[in-house]
Order: sequence, then structure tokens, then C-alpha cells
Amino acid sequence: MLKFTQEHEWVRIEGDVATAGITQHAQERLGDLVFVELPVVGKSFEKGAPAAVVESVKAAFEVYAPIGGEVVEANPAIVANPSLVNSDPMGAGWFFKLRLANPSEVDALLDEAAYKALLD
Amino acid sequence: MKHPAPAAPTLKHTPLHALHLEMGARMGPFAGYEMPIQYALGVLKEHLHTRVAAGLFDISHMGQIALRPRSGRIADAAQALERLVPVDVLGLRPARQRYAFFTNGSGGIIDDLMIGQCGDHLALIVNASRKDVDEQHLRDVLSDVCTVDVLEDRALLALQGPAAEAVLARLSPSSASMRFMDIRPVLIAGASCLVSRSGYTGEDGFEISVPARDAKQLARTLLQDATVTLIGLGARDSLRTEAGLCLYGSDIDERTTPVEAALEWAIQKVRRRGGARVGNFPGEDVVMEQLECGASRLRVGLKPRERTPVRAGVLLYADAFAFQSVGAVTSGTFGPSAAGPVAMGYVPSTLSAPNTLLFADVRGNRLPVEVMKLPFIPHRYKRT
Repeated sequence: MLKFTQEHEWVRIEGDVATAGITQHAQERLGDLVFVELPVVGKSFEKGAPAAVVESVKAAFEVYAPIGGEVVEANPAIVANPSLVNSDPMGAGWFFKLRLANPSEVDALLDEAAYKALLD
Repeated sequence: MKHPAPAAPTLKHTPLHALHLEMGARMGPFAGYEMPIQYALGVLKEHLHTRVAAGLFDISHMGQIALRPRSGRIADAAQALERLVPVDVLGLRPARQRYAFFTNGSGGIIDDLMIGQCGDHLALIVNASRKDVDEQHLRDVLSDVCTVDVLEDRALLALQGPAAEAVLARLSPSSASMRFMDIRPVLIAGASCLVSRSGYTGEDGFEISVPARDAKQLARTLLQDATVTLIGLGARDSLRTEAGLCLYGSDIDERTTPVEAALEWAIQKVRRRGGARVGNFPGEDVVMEQLECGASRLRVGLKPRERTPVRAGVLLYADAFAFQSVGAVTSGTFGPSAAGPVAMGYVPSTLSAPNTLLFADVRGNRLPVEVMKLPFIPHRYKRT
């Protein structure tokens, strides 16, 4: 199940684990990324809390936890090579996986059609 | 992620505004103007392009001021301007340009500027954010000797990078004989330009003052060369930071003196103690004392040891646990050519020696940074 947030994050939910990243629109707006900082495994976030940082040449941006949960995995590939987020934001450029704290939060996320409407 | 707020509606436009939109620029507010922050290429690639080929920058927001002596004698204007800047203006030879700064009564910097000796007048280039302050300051102090004309009908382009000389020479062969800080009138593609061999990237290049009505056509002509691409203010900032050059309002302002800002190289001997025209500029007591005894804090280069960019406003600490900060970062970015983060900031002079280890507080983490001699990327000016 693929969902989105108004803050331009995507979440793919499989069982009780959500994989999160930033959208194609977000990576275009941010431009070439040069630095990514990810949360450590084991850390828990409330929905909407700052969980990661991405930086372009110009500025730093926070990436929020799209849903509450505990980090079970972070993607070292984007730390080593931030441009992966630009080239494949919804694939190899994923950020982290969360074990859902409250699965009902999924209902408040946007589906793809609602997210695309937001961009128009 | 957050988006920046949309630009305010009252922003001024440069003569190249329509061209920027046509070329797909992402526009943003800067010093009262709506300016191109980046084009489709993006900040990172625009930066790298400038270092290997040639970048074309619209810097028409900057102030262009002509200072004309009422007597007709350029020396009178030069001598008068020395009332406001601690540099040797009288000794500036015709067709030469020099970096300078207006100081205030406590030695702080009102603005930094370029002064060009153009035979019958002095051509000043000042910062966009300070044009009005500078114009008033010049009128208040120099009106007895000079007329002060703000040239609203001229645009300013910068052509920067190793290919700049060849690009301009194809349109105007005589420009290739210019050396760093030469300034002279040049006819380019039919437009009467005032060209200086200077810039704000650390690269060889030119700044071209062109009549506003000819600006768009000149930009298009320059862009026809395959080595030239438009560069926005985003890359302009990362280029100048790697080159160790100050941004007014960030690295220097009314509370920083030229000595603190490590700009004393721009104060020639003739204006220092023992020189023929010593002092007689605003804040001379403070600046002279600092020239002789040193300042208690200094602007330095800062090289973060890790990959995390360390940006303006970040506080600096003498060790990983200290409670009291010792200084702050005033400019910081990821340097595409340095292939890592680069920064500048103010530190106590006791901690200003190259290789001194300091700690920068970024999002609550103390990251090691090393004081480093500026610039981060060697200047490639055409001096000979």
C-alpha cells in the first residue's frame, strides 16, 4: 500500500513496517542533494517529528516521520551517495523503515490521487 | 520538507528578468529584486560548469555609481573619495580597478565596493542591499567636489570561468589583453560596455556594464557560445564561499572592521602609519590601532572534518563540551569543487591559526572543524 503526506514524503506499508522516502516532486524542488543524515535504528518518532535531514548546496531541509514508529532500518546507500535520492527517490533512494506504533494513522495519509491533486 | 515562502509582489526586476523566466529560472527575492536562484541545470552543476567552462551571471541588481569631479580633474574625485575609504584611490592608475570598503566612525564596514579609474570619472560597483545607504553617504560627504550619479539605465553581467577570455575575445578581440583588475570601455556586439577583468568566483573572468536596452541581446549573444551557460545566485554564493570572498551582510557588516574581516591587504601603505596620506577616513583610530596591534577576533576559513555542511549562524566552541561559544559561522555551504563542506566565520585571534581544531554545533552535535587558510579553491586570476 503506497501513501503520501502533504510534506512530500511517501510511505510503502507492508504488514506493520512502513518504508519512507521523499517524493519525485520533493527531490526536484530540493535539487541535487549533497548530504543525508538518517535516524539511528531503535529510535522512535511521533508522526510529523523531524526524523532525517537532507541538504542541497544551498540549504538543509528536515524530513518528517510520515507516521509514528520505531526505526528498524535506515538506508546507508543514500548517506554514501545522496544523489540516489535524486535519481531514484521512490526506489533505491528510500530513507528508513519504521515499525508502526499505531496502524490507524495510516488512514490519515493521502493516497496517490489525493497527493497528485495537491501538486496541481 | 518545507517550501520557501513565495516572493513578495513588490520586487524590482533587472533588464534580464524576461530572459531568466524564458530560460526556466527558479526566481527568488534578493535585496529587493526578484533574481534567478538557479536554472534547470541546478546549483551543483552550475557551480561546476563555471569552474571548467564559463558561467554568465546577471548581477544587474548591484549598484553602479559614477563619481565625476566638478573640477574635471579626476585626482580631485579620487582624493575626495579617500575621505570615505581607507584605500589608495589617488594612486589608482587610469584603466585600473581596486577593491575598497566604506568605513563608519567605529571602523565597521558600511559596504564593500569596487572603484574603477575611468579617466574622467570613478566607476563604483556597490552591493544591491546597500545602494541607497551608499548613495546618501557619497552625497553627504562628497557633493562639494563630485557629482554622484546612480546609473539606473545600465545592466551588469559577469562572465566567469576559464573559457571566459576566449568567449569574450571572439566578440571583442582587444578584451583578451586585459589583466586582472583592468577596466576599460569595450564595444561588444555593438553595445558600448565598460568591462573589468574581475569577478566574485575566484575564476578568471569579466564584469560587463552594458546599457539596459542592449543587455538582453548581449546575454543572448554570449549564450550562443557552447561553453557559456546562465548561473544563478545559488551557485554564485557557493563559488564565492570556496574562493573565500566576503558577502556583505553575512561575513562583513557595520559591526566588523576590515582588520577583523582579514581584509587589511586592501589598505595600502600610503594610508597607513608612515604613509603620505595616513588615516583621514571614518573610524581611523580603531582601524589604525588594529592594523598595528591586531584585532581580538578574525575571520577565518573553516573546514569541517565530516561531511555535514556547517552553515551561517552555527556556533563554534573551543572543545567538544564547552558551554560558552567562542565564535560563529558567517558563511557555510557544501563546496561542489572542494567536494565537501566549506565555511567561514569569526574566531578569537588566539584560535585563528591554521589547523586549530574547533567544534561546530550542528543540530545539537559538536562536529570538528579546522581553521584553514583561505581560499578553499585557489584563485585563477589573470595577473600577468
